[in-house]
Amino acid sequence: MIPAPFAYVRPTTIDEALQAVADGGEDVKIMAGGQSLIPVMRLRLAAPETVVDLGRVTELRGVRDDGDAIVIGAMTTHHDVLVDPLVAQHAPLIAEATETVADRQVRARGTFGGALAHADPAGDLPAVALALDAEFVVAGPGGARRTVPAADFFVDYLTTALGEGELLVEVRIPKLAGQWGMHYEKFTRVAQAWPIVAVAAVVRRENGAIAEARIGLTNMGPTPLRASAAEAALAGAAATPDGIAAAARSAAEGTSPSSDLNAQADYRQHLAQVLTRRAVTAAAGL
Amino acid sequence: MTQINVRVDGVSYSDDVEPRTLLVHHLREQLGKVGTVVGCDTSNCGACTVHLDGVAVKSCTVLAVQADGSEVTTIEGLAQNGTLHPMQKAFHDSHGLQCGFCTPGMIMASIDLLTENPSPSETEIREGIEGNLCRCTGYQNIVRAVQQAAAEMSGTQDRTVGNGHVSLAVVDTAAAPHVAGAQS
Ligand SMILES: Cc1cc2nc3c(=O)[nH]c(=O)nc-3n(C[C@H](O)[C@H](O)[C@H](O)COP(=O)(O)OP(=O)(O)OC[C@H]3O[C@@H](n4cnc5c(N)ncnc54)[C@H](O)[C@@H]3O)c2cc1C
Ligand code: FES
Ligand code: FES
Repeated sequence: MIPAPFAYVRPTTIDEALQAVADGGEDVKIMAGGQSLIPVMRLRLAAPETVVDLGRVTELRGVRDDGDAIVIGAMTTHHDVLVDPLVAQHAPLIAEATETVADRQVRARGTFGGALAHADPAGDLPAVALALDAEFVVAGPGGARRTVPAADFFVDYLTTALGEGELLVEVRIPKLAGQWGMHYEKFTRVAQAWPIVAVAAVVRRENGAIAEARIGLTNMGPTPLRASAAEAALAGAAATPDGIAAAARSAAEGTSPSSDLNAQADYRQHLAQVLTRRAVTAAAGL
Repeated sequence: MTQINVRVDGVSYSDDVEPRTLLVHHLREQLGKVGTVVGCDTSNCGACTVHLDGVAVKSCTVLAVQADGSEVTTIEGLAQNGTLHPMQKAFHDSHGLQCGFCTPGMIMASIDLLTENPSPSETEIREGIEGNLCRCTGYQNIVRAVQQAAAEMSGTQDRTVGNGHVSLAVVDTAAAPHVAGAQS
């Protein structure tokens, strides 16, 4: 199928993009890589009146060092994130998860910002952003900027804190000090697939123990979640297989995953525990 | 209607398109490049893969207007003066196809993979073409074809014998003993 008709605007700056969104009528859609938007438009699940294509807004592309954080432009493609040296150095978790997203053709066009703004609970990057305590820089009508912490960005199923007329500009990933390890553990049935459940773990070790753990869960509810109970159980726990396994048992606490063709809710809760154990074990370097 | 200028397989075209026109439909219906096919409605199958400014993309998931000012290479633009591209030749030699529907996309994705990784391992090949589904072959000979093309394109000789002719594909019948039995 082909999409329903729409008006197409192709701005070249953030200001022009904001203006185009403001002028775009009731039902305006921002398009990044189009790798989620075009499929839903083809299936006529979305039929926007106007599409504002950010493809030529070059100031939204690229990764830069900003002292205490690295900053990833919303329009940086998955491919470019994968080969970026700053990401490799400061946030290898992002590269590890991005490598599992879709396939090379989709990664050539799909973007970091698009995957986060789309806020699919099965998307790989939201839980990663949550575990890294990322900050979302958002521009609104007239160019005003605000920063939203990851914990407040994902509001509901396919819904973010982005308001009407706003666009995601970039994402700040704070650099971590100390002895941190990270790992993304994704469970799928077939290649090129969305996760049934996945776990992003960021762990700081100190004197043979786990000093701090941040755990993001993918597809365990309508939004990505932090496994707070498991994080609490891990703080101060011995960095041993038994210590980690015991703490991982609380990984699904407080979650309400859906049941669908891929898995029942209770199976997802089981997976969350197993994958948390594996992700934390790997992140702790065991 | 929006005017777009796209260079496809070395020829420049200027056309008016509706913004909703998918690149694959523009290629097939307006430019007659029917070598590029559509295999699904969900951006999964990869049959429509072309190179957009040298990079493999699914042309069913790109709007024609997004390709304005770009260079597109389709399967029809690979052969030079009647000589097949090494990847096309390898698919032919290794019998990397059965019905052939996935083949244009497989070849375009595989060339893109080798551009980034000239000598991929078998696993890297399988992962590199994960965006391309084949209903027929079971992938074995497709992977062999990519290995052959990688060897040929990087100038190494490990898949060739004697005077440089490519060795015959080893067809793996182990998975289907009745086939192997019938042949002996
Ligand atoms: C076959 C296939 C397999 C896939 N598999 C996976 C997978 O395994 N894991 C995974 O995580 N993802 C997967 N994806 C999705 C992929 O990651 C997409 O790249 C991503 O979801 C969307 O990125 P995009 O840049 O294409 O955004 P688009 O499709 O252009 O946009 C997505 C949404 O975000 C909004 N948006 C985009 N950018 C902005 C912005 N800057 N400001 C405000 N709103 C914005 C759009 O309006 C739209 O609603 C898959 C996609 C396909 C086609
Ligand atoms: S036609 Fe199936 S991915 Fe494009
Ligand atoms: S040869 Fe038939 S789909 Fe691949």
